[in-house]
Amino acid sequence: MAVLLLAEITDGALSLDATAKAVAAVAPLGEVTVLAAGARAADAAAEAARIEGVAKVLLAEDAIYGHRLAEPVAALMAALAADYDHVVAPATTDAKNVMPRVAALLDVMVLSDVSGIVDADTFERPIYAGNAIQTVKSKDAKKVATIRTTSFDAAGTGGNAPVETIPAGEDPGLSSWVEDHVAASDRPELTSAGRVVSGGRGIGSKEDFAMIEKLADKLGAAVGASRAAVDSGYAPNDWQVGQTGKVVAPELYVAVGISGAIQHLAGMKDSKVIVAINKDEDAPIFQVADYGLVADLFTAVPELTEKL
Amino acid sequence: MKVLVPVKRVIDYNVKVRVKSDGSGVDLANVKMSMNPFDEIAVEEAIRLKEAGTASEVVAVSIGVKQAQETLRTALAMGADRAILVVAAEDVHQDIEPLAVAKILAKIAEEEQPGLVLCGKQAIDNDMNATGQMLSALLGWAQATFASKVEIAEGNAKVTREVDGGLQTIQVKMPAIVSVDLRLNEPRYASLPNIMKAKKKPLEEKSAADYGVDVTPRLEVVKTTEPEARQAGIVVKSVDELVETLKEKGIV
Ligand SMILES: Cc1cc2nc3c(=O)[nH]c(=O)nc-3n(C[C@H](O)[C@H](O)[C@H](O)COP(=O)(O)OP(=O)(O)OC[C@H]3O[C@@H](n4cnc5c(N)ncnc54)[C@H](O)[C@@H]3O)c2cc1C
Ligand SMILES: Nc1ncnc2c1ncn2[C@@H]1O[C@H](COP(=O)(O)O)[C@@H](O)[C@H]1O
Repeated sequence: MAVLLLAEITDGALSLDATAKAVAAVAPLGEVTVLAAGARAADAAAEAARIEGVAKVLLAEDAIYGHRLAEPVAALMAALAADYDHVVAPATTDAKNVMPRVAALLDVMVLSDVSGIVDADTFERPIYAGNAIQTVKSKDAKKVATIRTTSFDAAGTGGNAPVETIPAGEDPGLSSWVEDHVAASDRPELTSAGRVVSGGRGIGSKEDFAMIEKLADKLGAAVGASRAAVDSGYAPNDWQVGQTGKVVAPELYVAVGISGAIQHLAGMKDSKVIVAINKDEDAPIFQVADYGLVADLFTAVPELTEKL
Repeated sequence: MKVLVPVKRVIDYNVKVRVKSDGSGVDLANVKMSMNPFDEIAVEEAIRLKEAGTASEVVAVSIGVKQAQETLRTALAMGADRAILVVAAEDVHQDIEPLAVAKILAKIAEEEQPGLVLCGKQAIDNDMNATGQMLSALLGWAQATFASKVEIAEGNAKVTREVDGGLQTIQVKMPAIVSVDLRLNEPRYASLPNIMKAKKKPLEEKSAADYGVDVTPRLEVVKTTEPEARQAGIVVKSVDELVETLKEKGIV
């Protein structure tokens, strides 16, 4: 059995954590070939070649792959798919954009957000915001899947796979990139961080959200937010944790001023240790918290930041 | 320009989901069902395009059990002009997979020739996040997923997308598929007079067979289980106790 895996590459840089976790997840299925596509992707390809379990890296460098537009990337993957039984990618927003398109081009169903692999045809995935886990057996000849990275450990990086350059595929010319709005940050990346501090509507303003950032910096943590905090403009959209935001599973998750709606829990309940600070002792977040503190966050958070 | 809006009937997002004891799925008998929240946002956006004079007609489509006509009536009450119900299942527990939904929608798109399909980013029951992307592949159209802003001008749509790194703006050629994210707009409530009016709006009923689409699932459900529950934790009395406990356990 052979697996084609789309590496997560942004502006030429490999997301090693997401890619290595996806590699570890699918390695039991067969020989893994990684596809590194981008306007610049040679460095990312070289880095991916070091992931243990990778047999080969295909490098497709062309301006059409520069901004991860779905149509050219999906066309390339579908064209390569003939040689593989499984076509997979880590379940990032880029892959969720591309992989269902690949699946439809191949006339197969997509397996979204796979959290467990039972055998070559059988997969587990969360449904209903993680309130149920479904085991499904695919009847399709080829499996196209995105892998939920928080469910797997990352493969090591002692490998040394060959990198083969391949020609770019066709450009359907349907869409073009206009601009990116990406805030640079020195903090750890949210989905791979060992610690996450998240703030909710209880924080009350963008200014006060700085309190959450301070606590995060003290802990060396990434910053997350509830949907309500993002909708209210306290935090940017890419900080949202939950069913429709990012899924995280750090060693430590601190939820401040977050009630614990199922849609939020869907994105963080697999965290190793959960700490919740909320003034409402009946808040549902306390049902999943290992350590709960019923307190006003405006006094508790600065005190905690100071005493840590 | 015509706008096509696929809307799915799903369990209401406030309902506590229960896995059936025989492991066959989630219990959907006698639970509150609603329009998928993302699809309300898609309907709202389509109506706003019509109000702005950009769209000429808004057509809502739902595929599934007969009861999905309630969902379509909601879309009509919000302001959609007409609706198409494609009956493809008898049992409320039978979910039609995104690939089959996309195939039916592709057929409808060929008939209706919309300039834009506005769908939700994700159905909150199966959490697939796939239908829009699959539909654009089948039609060979451009796709812009996870939209938080949509501007239409001269045969193009400029769409701001919510992505892992922040926001990305792209321009897509129309006709196109746009899947909408939560922050695109705030959907309106249907007023009582509009709910009454919606009862008289046209709702056409079709079957999957009318479109020649086989809806047999490709993914056979082996079992459905409850996720592992977390152990109950402890409540600490003060910040000092919290810090002490976290240090003691080697967490910080
Ligand atoms: C389709 C759909 C998808 C969704 N996806 C997501 C998602 O991905 N992620 C997500 O987070 N949500 C999501 N939601 C929204 C979710 O349902 C909740 O509305 C949201 O999580 C609530 O955010 P919150 O806990 O910050 O706000 P609230 O529920 O308003 O909670 C605020 C909390 O702060 C506490 N508080 C207030 N003041 C203080 C104080 N001074 N000190 C201490 N505590 C205080 C309150 O007691 C309360 O518990 C989704 C909803 C829908 C319909
Ligand atoms: N059975 C259906 N009927 C109508 N629209 C659907 C159906 N299934 C999915 N959709 C549309 O596709 C979007 C994404 O759904 P999914 O790919 O299942 O997560 C939904 O928000 C709807 O707009």
